[in-house]
Amino acid sequence: MIPLVHQEVVQRYQWMDDDEFSNTLAIGNTLPGPIATKMAGYIGYKTGGIIGCLLAVIATVVPLVLVMILALTTLNKFKDLPWVAGMAKGVVPVVCWMMIKLTWDFMKKGQVAIGLVYSSVLIGLCLALILLAGINAGIIVATVLVFAALKPVSSKPGKAANP
Amino acid sequence: MLSTYLDLFLAFFIPNIIGYGGGPAIIPLIEAQVIGQYGWMNAQEFAEVLALGNALPSPIATKMAGYIGYQIAGLPGAGIAVFATVAPSLMLMISALSLLYKFRHSPRVKALSQWVLPVIAALMMILSAKLIHSGSSIGWPHFVILVAVSGLLLERLKCHPTLVIVAGLIYGALFLG
Repeated sequence: MIPLVHQEVVQRYQWMDDDEFSNTLAIGNTLPGPIATKMAGYIGYKTGGIIGCLLAVIATVVPLVLVMILALTTLNKFKDLPWVAGMAKGVVPVVCWMMIKLTWDFMKKGQVAIGLVYSSVLIGLCLALILLAGINAGIIVATVLVFAALKPVSSKPGKAANP
Repeated sequence: MLSTYLDLFLAFFIPNIIGYGGGPAIIPLIEAQVIGQYGWMNAQEFAEVLALGNALPSPIATKMAGYIGYQIAGLPGAGIAVFATVAPSLMLMISALSLLYKFRHSPRVKALSQWVLPVIAALMMILSAKLIHSGSSIGWPHFVILVAVSGLLLERLKCHPTLVIVAGLIYGALFLG
């Protein structure tokens, strides 16, 4: 998605140059949430004020949300038909594969990012806290984020001094 | 109704304000709210939303928010859920740009997206288990065939996810109806 936005914003309409675009992307990545809407909203705001911001976000979000609503409400409407109910069931194993693959990808990425020991301990701890202690997933994620933000930065001491 | 709107806002505000680690990381965080916290959907329904979300382009977070918001409270619900997904971090970005500019290459910011990865992996593991439990209701032979063929098509033959979702729909219409 981002390369396509880059092509429109930098090459076609020339609202920004390359440096500005990559800085905006880096700034967007310091914040949580989807990057596409942050980019759209910010570039829209910079180019056309509040109206520009709203239009860019609407253009990013609304068309596909409408397709989702139309397709899924239609599916739900005809669920009494056996073959439609079958379609809904047939899609779950595909999603199962996708989630298993994503789980695997995130395990690997986590391992590369913080090492096998830390990532394995963290996975085990999360599973125990959620499945055994019933702790809310959001609270665990928030706690880990606070820990990651506050822990001393070991590498690159020059940058660590700069909060 | 007002409390439903507030719930919808929170259900999508919370995952997105802690949503580091890239696009798909948001999926189990939304699930924790929509299934775990509020019980608005079961695993089968959530899987249908995910299937269509993965078959269509553009970010998964806003598509899920828009549809689930609509399911719970109609068009205003869709608007509130999308607003809760998009607005907080966007407003922060616009208002605090110069402050954030200083952090853009900070190792601390990088640490946020790194340390959250194993947590998301654990949440995805739990979500996968729930989906397997729900999906296997079609009988293990059908289920194993579909999972294996999906894996083969996506990873080995590099088929587009949309095609594989459509294949699942067709298989379901023919053999699971």
